[in-house]
Amino acid sequence: MSRNLRITNNKFIDQTSRISFKFDGKTLYGFKGDTLASALLANDIHLIGRSFKYHRPRGIMTCGSEEPNAIVQAGNDASMTEPNTRATEIELYEGLEASSQNCWPSVNFDIGAINNFFSPLIPAAFYYKTFMWPANFWKLYEYFIRKSAGLGKSPTQPDKDIYDHRYLHCDVLVVGGGISGIIAAKTAAKNNLNTVLIDDKNNLGGTTIFQQNECFKINNSYSNEWLKKEIETLNSIKNLTIKTRTTLAAYHSYNYLLARENLTDHLDLNERKDKIRQRLWKIRAKKVIIATGAMERPLIFNNNDRPGVILSYSIKKYIDYFGVKCGQKISLFTNNDSAYETAISLSNSGVSVNSVVDIRDRTNSLIVQQAEKLGIKIHWKSAVVNTNGYKKITSIEIMKLSDDDTTVVGKKIKQECDCLGISGGWTPRVHLFTQSGGKLKFRDEDNVFLPDKSELDQISIGSCNGDFELDSVVKNSVISTNKFLKVNNNDYENLKINSSNEINKKNIWLLPSNKPLGKTKPFLDFQNDSTANDVKLALREGFKSIEHVKRYTTTGMATDQGKLSNMHALGIIAETADVKMGELGTTTFRPPYTPLTFGAIVGRNVGEFFDITRRTPMHDWHAKHNAEFENVGQWKRAWYYPIENESIHEAVQRESKAARDSAGILDASTLGKIDIQGSDASEFLNRVYTNAWSKLEIGKCRYGLMLNEDGMVYDDGVTTRLGENHYIMTTTTGGAANVLGKLEDYLQTEWPELDVYLTSVTDHYATVSICGPNSKKIISKVIPDLNLSDKEFPHMSFRNALIDNIKCRVMRISFTGEHSYEINIQSSYGKSLWEKCFEAGKEFDITPYGTETMHLLRAEKGFIIAGQDTDGTMTPVDLQMDWIISKKKYDFIGKRSLYRSDTIRDDRKQLVGLLTDDPNVVLEEGAQIVLETKKQPIEMLGHVTSSYFSPNLNKSIALAVVKNGKKLKGQKMFVPMKNKTINVTITDTVFLDKENKRLNA
Amino acid sequence: MFLINCPYCGERDQSEFSAGGEAHIVRPKQPTELSDDQWAEYLFMRKNIKGVQFERWNHSHGCRKWFNMVRDTSNDKIHAIYKMGEKPPIK
Ligand SMILES: [Zn+2]
Repeated sequence: MSRNLRITNNKFIDQTSRISFKFDGKTLYGFKGDTLASALLANDIHLIGRSFKYHRPRGIMTCGSEEPNAIVQAGNDASMTEPNTRATEIELYEGLEASSQNCWPSVNFDIGAINNFFSPLIPAAFYYKTFMWPANFWKLYEYFIRKSAGLGKSPTQPDKDIYDHRYLHCDVLVVGGGISGIIAAKTAAKNNLNTVLIDDKNNLGGTTIFQQNECFKINNSYSNEWLKKEIETLNSIKNLTIKTRTTLAAYHSYNYLLARENLTDHLDLNERKDKIRQRLWKIRAKKVIIATGAMERPLIFNNNDRPGVILSYSIKKYIDYFGVKCGQKISLFTNNDSAYETAISLSNSGVSVNSVVDIRDRTNSLIVQQAEKLGIKIHWKSAVVNTNGYKKITSIEIMKLSDDDTTVVGKKIKQECDCLGISGGWTPRVHLFTQSGGKLKFRDEDNVFLPDKSELDQISIGSCNGDFELDSVVKNSVISTNKFLKVNNNDYENLKINSSNEINKKNIWLLPSNKPLGKTKPFLDFQNDSTANDVKLALREGFKSIEHVKRYTTTGMATDQGKLSNMHALGIIAETADVKMGELGTTTFRPPYTPLTFGAIVGRNVGEFFDITRRTPMHDWHAKHNAEFENVGQWKRAWYYPIENESIHEAVQRESKAARDSAGILDASTLGKIDIQGSDASEFLNRVYTNAWSKLEIGKCRYGLMLNEDGMVYDDGVTTRLGENHYIMTTTTGGAANVLGKLEDYLQTEWPELDVYLTSVTDHYATVSICGPNSKKIISKVIPDLNLSDKEFPHMSFRNALIDNIKCRVMRISFTGEHSYEINIQSSYGKSLWEKCFEAGKEFDITPYGTETMHLLRAEKGFIIAGQDTDGTMTPVDLQMDWIISKKKYDFIGKRSLYRSDTIRDDRKQLVGLLTDDPNVVLEEGAQIVLETKKQPIEMLGHVTSSYFSPNLNKSIALAVVKNGKKLKGQKMFVPMKNKTINVTITDTVFLDKENKRLNA
Repeated sequence: MFLINCPYCGERDQSEFSAGGEAHIVRPKQPTELSDDQWAEYLFMRKNIKGVQFERWNHSHGCRKWFNMVRDTSNDKIHAIYKMGEKPPIK
């Protein structure tokens, strides 16, 4: 049974509300308001996980988001379990189950711990250097590294929670609800500025809210009591929105910020149902005030990583805020005054403080005097040189520092303890400032990087701006905020502030030891397990840039992004390389500040909302008739219509045969349609297509090929002249939006003098395409008034018509080579028209066919599909479509590129037909084509772009692009596959009806 | 994510816009009279500098109008926005 480590008189934790939770399978108890970390500490559990490389036992080290060690797997089931969460940030709830992450098979017995004894053999970059070769061994290495590295488990079931995104616009965003942030938010809101204050904790107040100490008073009240009253007044202020449990994740340029609000993670599981778990706020703030405070630094000395070694101010928070003693006999080790606040808090709560070990010469600031008055023993100018204990610290060893602080001297004092508080000073949280592009400056006096220049309308105030004393924090926050907001708020004008100010400052990045460096383990990056020795090794091996050292040693590259380790790494590099820290620069902090869930990132854009789905007006009919659908861009297109248990192949063979033998019907509504009007419409088409358009008669259709300026085929389609100045252009389904964009671009930027207007009408019309020898009979049933004779309505022409008094456009055009019609009708009539045509076609066994059959039919005719047979490197000449390039036109998009030295090469890849020697063998699309299989390396001469078994020709056919293919007709070639080589012959691209007789059949 | 002041619609989120490369590259009036090198210069060569750059932008999810922008690529500061065909207001 663990000892009771709770103290009773506590303002923040409701000790009447007991909560049960499980850690590593064991049931434990805590209170509402606890974090997982505070509850574990109250149960005397320090050992939380194992370190990444050496598998050393590690315990809770901090009380916030910078926690490097207490990384746990949280959540109970396969859909909500979450790896890499920080025990210091998880609010305790009834039923919480969490487990240690980086250990195998268990936290108390860990196989990887053997690495610890071999650690002299595992220096920086060990994994890079050792597991590189032989490459095929990696599979083996990876299994063991992953298994023992313990990077947590991903959920295996879909996330059941709901996530949300929202926009927020405000005049002033204040990030951080400590004393500075509260002053700033109140000032802004009271001056009629629409203000938002966010804080990642569940309560406002920062560290001041538990700073109850004689040395720190405002207007004769304890600083925490004064602040508590300030917070109470916030509720009555208009214009102020407060969001707690909200972490600012990213700060982008233009004051665009992302914040993640936790809405249910602190609730009991049964209270969460149907509630939004997390919300991502997309914030546009006119002004931003950063008041994110500072992080305490560790100290770097031998074995500074044992469970029970905790940052000093965190110990203070655990006792003063959570009412939890981190130990019964606590020692402190510091280079600054703040550890004395901890010592006093502990002493006042009845915890015995062994002593404070201070690397500085005796100093007599108010707080030190107060500690001495309480009888707390202080070792001046001394250092902890070692810690003992394995799964928990049991004692420390203290030695005197030499006069020049480079070594330790005298007798070693051993001191028993069950907890060591360490404080290496404070690091302003400048992460958000640097994320936003701000530049830092270095302050030598206390070795901190501070916000310097920013392009944005923002300021940093309080300790994130380098003010660490209560009086300077308050005074400077008031002055800066008033100036920044251009207001004159006098609420804080005559505050009387008592503060203990630090007199003596000293810092040693790597503390001296009585042992040689190689024999010690002074940890820098606790999560990634890199020591000061690793950094020094990297420098010896020639790494100079901080970014390189960081990657080589992995210092600062764990999930905490090195929040605790970066400063010391820089300090040691600067010292070893003998450069000034300010000149060394710092690494760049990247968003997010703390890890975000995928759920928060995607919000509502999951499942069917992940992307837009476009359906044609006839979609329901296809679905009802058993169609399988294919995604084409955002469209769902009917792919094929299997009858009973037909395979795709069987269905397509049946559909393809029916379309040529009698009649087929295709939903072509997805083709892009652009309405082109204006007195220069013809001229415009002349410029964008390769062929000539001026002489196209009204009522006629023409196929056009569109190039990019580089001469490569971009899109194709049929355009119809509806009137003197009116055309309708069709594009490929996938290319519609891009074609419109490209045409608009030319119109607006190159040819603004042209009188042309473009309108996308893709969604406005439904298109029914009917082909086959019986198509004419079917159309005559559907539109009896229309004269369908070849003379009156020839191929490549258009007529207006009425169907049941509804206007429609009928084009006689063909993508299959069959006699064929396309009827365009207002979308809302699409389904009725389709049903009407289907009904009329029943006596001819009209067969609905999908995109797969359409592709097969056009391949029989050698018609290309832009994007399948072309890939952005094919000119019309390469496609053997020279006929479509107007010789008369002076210019069109891409013309000049058609006779660049590269485009006129003979040996370009050109489109050809391909027949397999065995007519039953169907080639794989994408397969390579070669002439020579013996000589290695084999020269790849081309590849198959389209390939089908043609039921109408009863043989396999393919289109391919082959180097110099135009001249190779009749050439035997090979398609080498995994288990066989297929013999093929190059042919013409048109396989069926070369004379185009079927068009008028 | 910047805010862009579309000359036709006003200030909008960057996600409504798409970038269209370097501005003020005029398509040659008589391409047929250009050498391969001259044509390649127009076709392929684009600046991509760190600093002030003249760019084309399109309000693609808005009014679909093209316009020009002077932007500092090092800090995303927009120095000027002007319509197609207009002279740049700054050098
Ligand atoms: Zn616009």
